[in-house]
Amino acid sequence: MLIAVLALTILSALFGLLLGYAAIRFKVEADPIADKIDALLPQSQCGQCGYPGCRPYAEAIAKGEADINLCVPGGDATVVALADLLGRDAKPLGGDQAGPKPKMVAFIDEQQCIGCTLCLQACPVDAILGAAKHMHTVIRSECTGCELCVAPCPVGCITMVPLEQTLATWKWPYPAETTSWQPQPPQECVQG
Amino acid sequence: MTKPRKLWRFHGGLHLPEHKQETCHQPSVKARIPTRLILPLQQHIGQPAEPVVKVGDQVLKGQVVAQPSGYVSVPIHASTSGVVTAIGEFPVPHPSGLPAPCIVIEPDGKDEWTERHPVADYRQLAPAEVRNLIRAGGIVGMGGAGFPTFIKLDPGPDKTVETLILNGAECEPYITADDRLMREQPHEVIGGLMILRHALQARECLIGVEDNKPEAYAALLEALRAHPDGDGIQVVQIPTLYPTGGEKQLIKVLTGKEVPSRGLPSDVGVVCQNVATAAAIYRCITAGEPLISRLVTVTGQGVAQPRNMEALIGTPVRELIEQCGGYAGEVEKLIMGGPMMGITLPNDTVPITKTTNCVLVPARGELPAPQPATPCIRCGECMRVCPTNLLPQQIYWHARAKDFDKAQDYNLFDCIECGCCAYVCQSHIPLVQYFRFAKTEIRAQEHERKKAELARKRHESRVERLEREKAERAERLRQKKEAAAATTAGGAPDPKKAAIEAAMERVRAKRAAAQAAAGGETSNPAQQEPAAAETAQAKETG
Repeated sequence: MLIAVLALTILSALFGLLLGYAAIRFKVEADPIADKIDALLPQSQCGQCGYPGCRPYAEAIAKGEADINLCVPGGDATVVALADLLGRDAKPLGGDQAGPKPKMVAFIDEQQCIGCTLCLQACPVDAILGAAKHMHTVIRSECTGCELCVAPCPVGCITMVPLEQTLATWKWPYPAETTSWQPQPPQECVQG
Repeated sequence: MTKPRKLWRFHGGLHLPEHKQETCHQPSVKARIPTRLILPLQQHIGQPAEPVVKVGDQVLKGQVVAQPSGYVSVPIHASTSGVVTAIGEFPVPHPSGLPAPCIVIEPDGKDEWTERHPVADYRQLAPAEVRNLIRAGGIVGMGGAGFPTFIKLDPGPDKTVETLILNGAECEPYITADDRLMREQPHEVIGGLMILRHALQARECLIGVEDNKPEAYAALLEALRAHPDGDGIQVVQIPTLYPTGGEKQLIKVLTGKEVPSRGLPSDVGVVCQNVATAAAIYRCITAGEPLISRLVTVTGQGVAQPRNMEALIGTPVRELIEQCGGYAGEVEKLIMGGPMMGITLPNDTVPITKTTNCVLVPARGELPAPQPATPCIRCGECMRVCPTNLLPQQIYWHARAKDFDKAQDYNLFDCIECGCCAYVCQSHIPLVQYFRFAKTEIRAQEHERKKAELARKRHESRVERLEREKAERAERLRQKKEAAAATTAGGAPDPKKAAIEAAMERVRAKRAAAQAAAGGETSNPAQQEPAAAETAQAKETG
């Protein structure tokens, strides 16, 4: 009896130590699932999901606080990818957004810009170039189209312009289904 | 004559109605200088060239009008002398029908050459120098893909080129431009091959010609026999089968080697070049002439006199058709390239580019009309004819369901879009359309992912920067506070107070001086006033 209790106590102490050591030795810094979710998000840092950036949203999903259908720029493709990753059902895009918007970039009307730097402070990816009392301009290739710079501008000189299609960005359309075959009811059925 | 070379066979393939008789027996004709030349800045795979001329500039034939931007890029040359009248967006031959940046030149009719620098003996040049000349000549693969040739000639330090193959298969129906080139200019083709062999230091050279072009085969043999260093070069007749002209298919037929999935021919020690590219290289090196013209087959029942034309790059399609007797009958559409892999043109104002080998003008009913697609019955015909050994019906299902990962698992990107599967499809499913759709969609997603990654990095470094700045500000504030505390505690003279003291001292000194100057005289209150005011002021600020 005593030996059994002793043996179990020693064993549990031993395993406890082993687990404790492993927890320190193989400590995982961040939540890996949050990293995986973050990798699927479009990184526009737009905050349209209600969280201040993509990373906080990813963490909220990982904790189970947020739904997976809040990312407007990502659209349905992101919802499907997140559903795949988390083993949940895909659902239509939430919020008041009707559907995916065309890709946009910010454009500063340089004639009107007063050089107030407010948009510089709003841009989450530092894609606006400028200094106080100097004209600002958007670096098109870095702009994520998050629209966060539009509201702060006191003179309303920032507009969102759709990215025009070029030969490099053009995609073959989905083959037209209009000519596709439709089942024809057999003649006998028509007679009723 | 050596014994016939052993040939291999690639999987699948089709025997198609050839339609080559319409044009292959007529000598090619030099096309007129057009009324205007439209030179697209992107006629090759890679980055578009950048214009180096302005509107109104006078340019000479062969002058560089656009310089390469980046490594995978080549310059564009003026095809004739004239004046640059516009630089802007014009319709170009592209399936999208979108306009793209072009340089427009109005020819002056003089056709005056710029200074040319022919190389007397290319064998004195190092391979790298040959590559540079070929790049400066704006030469790209003229078989259709338009990959810059100089890159293909540089397989890298760790790869050796065993076999150099010249592609004279020209397997697609209707097209006879390479056939006419091999018949009319065999010496240039062989000469180009010699230069390519020198640049690559290749051991073995093969020219593959389909056996439906016996005249071209004979002409090349003749030219080879006449050439002093024709050893190690073999002209090989290969069975006519579509798509033997595909790079990987031709390599398989001639050498038995298979290029690995998503790999390059150089992975198996082979480099493949089109015969027209070889002829262009010959002209570029030995005559110093850049790539400014090419042979184009203008054919189809919708054109009155089908024939091959040597056209300047940038010639509008309409002017070529006019020189072939104009349109005949009811024209259904315009195709650039062949009926299997060509693209439909939006109109006839688009120009001939470096990769245009054919302008096909089919009359109504000449090509089979697209029929309504019916469901796939899994007959497996597409799989049987696929020259790259894919499973088109599986890829089709996944592309249709937009399940792109699965489509890639079935090696979607090995598809050469030859159209064999769609040709034999009993259900008339536009298979190639689905594959093209899936390919561009996957590439776009890849691009988005890269952009998102960049945005994430930029956002992270911004957050880091803001935190650093905040910490620095806090640190500065703390240091200032500490300094202030130190001065009050230590009793050291405060600079402000010291300044006030000094001012008071000066006032006192002034007053004393004034009193001394006045001597025993009665002191003037008016004189004293400013000094008093100054003292008061100093007190206020203190």
